[in-house]
Amino acid sequence: MAQTASPQSHSQPIPVRIPVRQLLPWAIFAAVLALLLIYFVGAEQGATSLIGGHYVHEFVHDGRHLLGFPCH
Amino acid sequence: MIRSLLVRGMLVGLAAALLALVVAWIFGEPQVGHAIGFEEHQAALAGEPPEPELVSRSMQKTLGLATGIGLYGVALGGLFALAFAFAYGRIGSFGARATSALVALAGFTAVELAPFMKYPANPPSVGSPDTIGKRTALYFGLILISVLFAIAAVLIGRRLAPRLGNWNAALTAVGVFIALLGVAYLTMPTVQEVPKDFPAVVLWRFRLSSLGIQATLWTALGLLFGPLTERRLPHRSPATAATPITTA
Repeated sequence: MAQTASPQSHSQPIPVRIPVRQLLPWAIFAAVLALLLIYFVGAEQGATSLIGGHYVHEFVHDGRHLLGFPCH
Repeated sequence: MIRSLLVRGMLVGLAAALLALVVAWIFGEPQVGHAIGFEEHQAALAGEPPEPELVSRSMQKTLGLATGIGLYGVALGGLFALAFAFAYGRIGSFGARATSALVALAGFTAVELAPFMKYPANPPSVGSPDTIGKRTALYFGLILISVLFAIAAVLIGRRLAPRLGNWNAALTAVGVFIALLGVAYLTMPTVQEVPKDFPAVVLWRFRLSSLGIQATLWTALGLLFGPLTERRLPHRSPATAATPITTA
């Protein structure tokens, strides 16, 4: 039995790639910001410290432990 | 286009963080409490005065925990959106939902599960303060290594797909990832700093809840992001690309 698929029976849309050139500036910008946020939640005032004291460390203490980052 | 994906990623990350926060409150916090109790008990036995509280416990386990997990969720959601934007249309003809679920599965495995199996989460009082620098470097180092291995495995899988077929190429890629990871596990130093009398049940439950929090976060991210972005993504309707499919 031979059968030709009509557009209706094969209605999966085909994904189109987003060009890298369009992606790159956003990727760099967002990656830097996101990694900075993760740094403050995950590591600031533990192994390294940009701001003096322990307030950031103590404030996100439980989240840092429970998310799996080494805390102290 | 990318801007809207990024914003959605961060919002979905926040929503996923809320779910993870519920898991953290129910399953994680009691174990943190037990671990701090153990720490205080040990300090009292050693005759040390109690440490002054810079941030109160009630603040740490409510607003502090919510802030930590919330910021982590937003950051992860943004990175996830970018990884998704790159993967969409490049890892086969998967639609938005399947791409989102696959990127989340790969992300959870590479960013959380693989580093966790070598350097698992530790409750308070497990881990010596003297080695925090080394342990932090090892943990973040292994995340980086594992992500690079995952990228390498995907590239190898894509390369092999025309020759082996999609299924076998994907299995080969998984095998390559596991083999590379095994080498990293064997060559990187082991950290064993659990105090002698620390209750095993607390350690086990704490680590399980930590994994559960991360699994909740990544699962919610992977399952919510696809349906929410589906209609905004570029795709060709099959009518323009349809070739006659004949079945014998």
